[in-house]
Amino acid sequence: MKAAVIVFPGSNCDRDLAVAFESAGADVTMVWHKDSTLPQGVDIVGIPGGFSFGDYLRCGAIAARSPICQAVVAHADRGGYAMGICNGFQVLTETGVLPGALLRNAGLKYICKTVGLKVETSSSAFTEGYNAGDTVNIPIAHHDGNYFADAETVARLKGEDRVAFTYTDNPNGSISDIAGILSENRRVLGMMPHPERAADSGHGGTDGAALFRALTGALAPA
Amino acid sequence: MQDPAITPELIAAHGLKPDEYDRILEIIGREPSFTELGIFSAMWNEHCSYKSSKKWLRTLPTEGPQVICGPGENAGVVDIGDGQAVVFKMESHNHPSYIEPYQGAATGVGGILRDVFTMGARPIAAMNSLSFGEPSHPKTKQLVNGVVAGVGGYGNCFGVPTVGGEVRFHAAYNGNCLVNAFAAGLADADKIFYSAASGLGMPVVYLGAKTGRDGVGGATMASAEFDDTIEEKRPTVQVGDPFTEKRLMEATLELMQTGAVISIQDMGAAGLTCSAVEMGDKGGLGVRLDLEKVPVREENMTAYEMMLSESQERMLMVLRPEKEAEAKAVFDKWDLDFAIVGETIAEDRFLIMLDGEVKADLPLSKLSSTAPEYDRPWVETPAAEPLADVPQVDPIDALKILLESPNYAAKNWVYEQYDTMVMADSARTPGLGAGIIRVHGTDKALAFTSDVTPRYVKANPVEGGKQAVAEAYRNLTAVGAKPLATTDNMNFGNPEKPEIMGQFVGAIKGIGAACLALDMPIVSGNVSLYNETDGTGILPTPTIGAVGIINSPNDIIGCEVRDGHVALLIGESAGHLGQSALLAEVFSREEGDAPAVDLDAEKKNGDFIRANREHIKACTDLSDGGLAMAAFELAERAGVGVHLDSDQTPDLFGEDQARYLIACNFDQAEWLMTEAGKAGVTITTVGKFTGDTVRFGSSEASLEELTSLYHTGFAAAVA
Repeated sequence: MKAAVIVFPGSNCDRDLAVAFESAGADVTMVWHKDSTLPQGVDIVGIPGGFSFGDYLRCGAIAARSPICQAVVAHADRGGYAMGICNGFQVLTETGVLPGALLRNAGLKYICKTVGLKVETSSSAFTEGYNAGDTVNIPIAHHDGNYFADAETVARLKGEDRVAFTYTDNPNGSISDIAGILSENRRVLGMMPHPERAADSGHGGTDGAALFRALTGALAPA
Repeated sequence: MQDPAITPELIAAHGLKPDEYDRILEIIGREPSFTELGIFSAMWNEHCSYKSSKKWLRTLPTEGPQVICGPGENAGVVDIGDGQAVVFKMESHNHPSYIEPYQGAATGVGGILRDVFTMGARPIAAMNSLSFGEPSHPKTKQLVNGVVAGVGGYGNCFGVPTVGGEVRFHAAYNGNCLVNAFAAGLADADKIFYSAASGLGMPVVYLGAKTGRDGVGGATMASAEFDDTIEEKRPTVQVGDPFTEKRLMEATLELMQTGAVISIQDMGAAGLTCSAVEMGDKGGLGVRLDLEKVPVREENMTAYEMMLSESQERMLMVLRPEKEAEAKAVFDKWDLDFAIVGETIAEDRFLIMLDGEVKADLPLSKLSSTAPEYDRPWVETPAAEPLADVPQVDPIDALKILLESPNYAAKNWVYEQYDTMVMADSARTPGLGAGIIRVHGTDKALAFTSDVTPRYVKANPVEGGKQAVAEAYRNLTAVGAKPLATTDNMNFGNPEKPEIMGQFVGAIKGIGAACLALDMPIVSGNVSLYNETDGTGILPTPTIGAVGIINSPNDIIGCEVRDGHVALLIGESAGHLGQSALLAEVFSREEGDAPAVDLDAEKKNGDFIRANREHIKACTDLSDGGLAMAAFELAERAGVGVHLDSDQTPDLFGEDQARYLIACNFDQAEWLMTEAGKAGVTITTVGKFTGDTVRFGSSEASLEELTSLYHTGFAAAVA
């Protein structure tokens, strides 16, 4: 599997995501935000966590208008795989690739801790390593992770089995406890929690590793 | 704009004493210009010159085979093997944080991160030690909320994990909170960058953010006592931009790879002045600056303002001229300013030009080398009165009071606002003892802790100074690490008062003795004096930041307490209750002497823990709240109850030093007993971990109830 990890000037989980991809057997290329094309033959684009442009204006809003994001949107439109974690999820909603928005946490404070997530669907390249209904422990670290979408959109996400993860104990006020969602074609995942921070035994938890393993398996050349 | 005339009032407003001004006249043989007066005031204030503390700081042990670079550079550098080094320092941002808590704390974090990456190290861990006034004081909540949000706001965006720290409350900090920020970075031992300039006619380059009027006079402000005009000083606090700092770090580290950097210095206190003088002085060169080339974000800035601005996220570098294009390309890539603003010169001059006009022309070497140095009079702190009787209390009731106190309650409310896991190498996040960060791509890990018990230091500066180092040693030891080196952040009151100077001298003596005995040399540090408001000083607070090394993941002592594990106490107990947490929190008494520190016992017991770490399932050091608090903390972390045999106040709440509490199974306990016998280490079975209650003698409460108190106490008191 060939993965590209996008690097914005304020990305700070870019290396962490690359390490998680590599540990699962992927070849990783780091791609600078001023580039306007993705490397040839990329199977998946990862948009990492961090503060892409300082989170000034709105988290992810400036990044969504950077040259590389036009290429990421085109890649997703062509049916390519992409995943956005934390700030990456915010970028994906700002580009319109995923619906909804991430608002300030209900408690108004930044929260960093490991939380319980319920796997809502195992039918995607990202979640097929889990069973639907499993509870996994994955860290969160965000100030603006309060997922919001209108009632119609939420109903659609649920009806189309596109909610990937929900919080078992909602930390940030997200509507319907939503922690991560899939695109219509199930090939783009956006999630606030950080599976790359629970991907090897030294992290104190490895529940995130299954996501990267499943992805590498699903996208391996036939 | 006409520069103001040099009057006695103007001189005093610059924090210069009449005899200091006379010395200036002697050095330059004429009246200084306004800009020159500003430069002297910046170089000679307490914050930059260490004029009251230098004499004593020199007595600290700073050497050892592990030390690559001790005090004097931006941060200390310590060998961690395999050609790698850890670079670290702790620094205070007390006064700014009291005036404007969010920005004061944020820029404190920014400053210390810059100190670390200026030396070529990528920051991998941060800590902060915070001291606030009593929870009921009207200003405390605002300060706690602002400081914690500021620390988080900066560090989280920058992308460094916060792995530990301290938060304390005491009335002595009502008018003067303390914000001490620590940062550590990782570098290749042969690629450390220093500040000494070399080569004549080399371009001096300005890097990073633009210069504004923020922070003009900040270092001088930080060297003065507070009074009721404090609100007027708000404009001297800088504003932080962590996004720019993150880019500056990436650009600087990338630039260093190109071989373009001869020397580099961050612009911290007194900005352009201190950084340029430092580079010239260390290299034995003069420096000329052409201020019209300095990138500015405000119009009509004067030379005085540019030289004294403390705008954040800036660096000064001496560049290899043939690498200019390559260097500029790196900064263009990161959208940061890059401007050649001057050059190194042969004469001993600090020549400041603005639009062709000479604004300052001073002998550069005299600016730091002839800075005043004082041997301030000091008096030894009198011995504490013996402790009067401490009544026996129900031990569970006493524990509950400690758990509910914001001093000893869980600090989740604080550290969950910090990113503790970014970089994905956090092996132990805050909550119990030292934090651990893996050295990326190796089997090694580094442990970090920050410690001091100010009420001990007040009662007995020498023993209190020793205790701060000893507690850091124990916290590192308890996770399986070998302590490597130390940074100190000395926060004290007005050094012109002999009793305050006596506290400083005593603490230095204690710290020095402990660092020597425990082989933890001081490699960097910071002194913050004049922490007084309306004449009342803070508790003497010499914060110790320490780093230890763990060579393999198997060497980490985890926290795997199981039902049925034995509770073993390492170290001698005499039931010392003087200046204890119990006395302060339960009886509102701060009396008696600090516990004595036996450095030989500390060493012996620490070595014993490390030698036997594979037989230890969990370990914590005994400090505030003694055995009772340590047993509760292990039980709470593991979710298993604990039963201790004794119900006696001195046994449970005494704060004797050199002690650890261990959890292990029966076979391991037998092994440890045998080994302790051979090593001459005192070991005692004090109870066991079992069930779902905490029981001291016959007094008991459910672990659930105590855990709930422990986790709500902090927010209830100050959030």
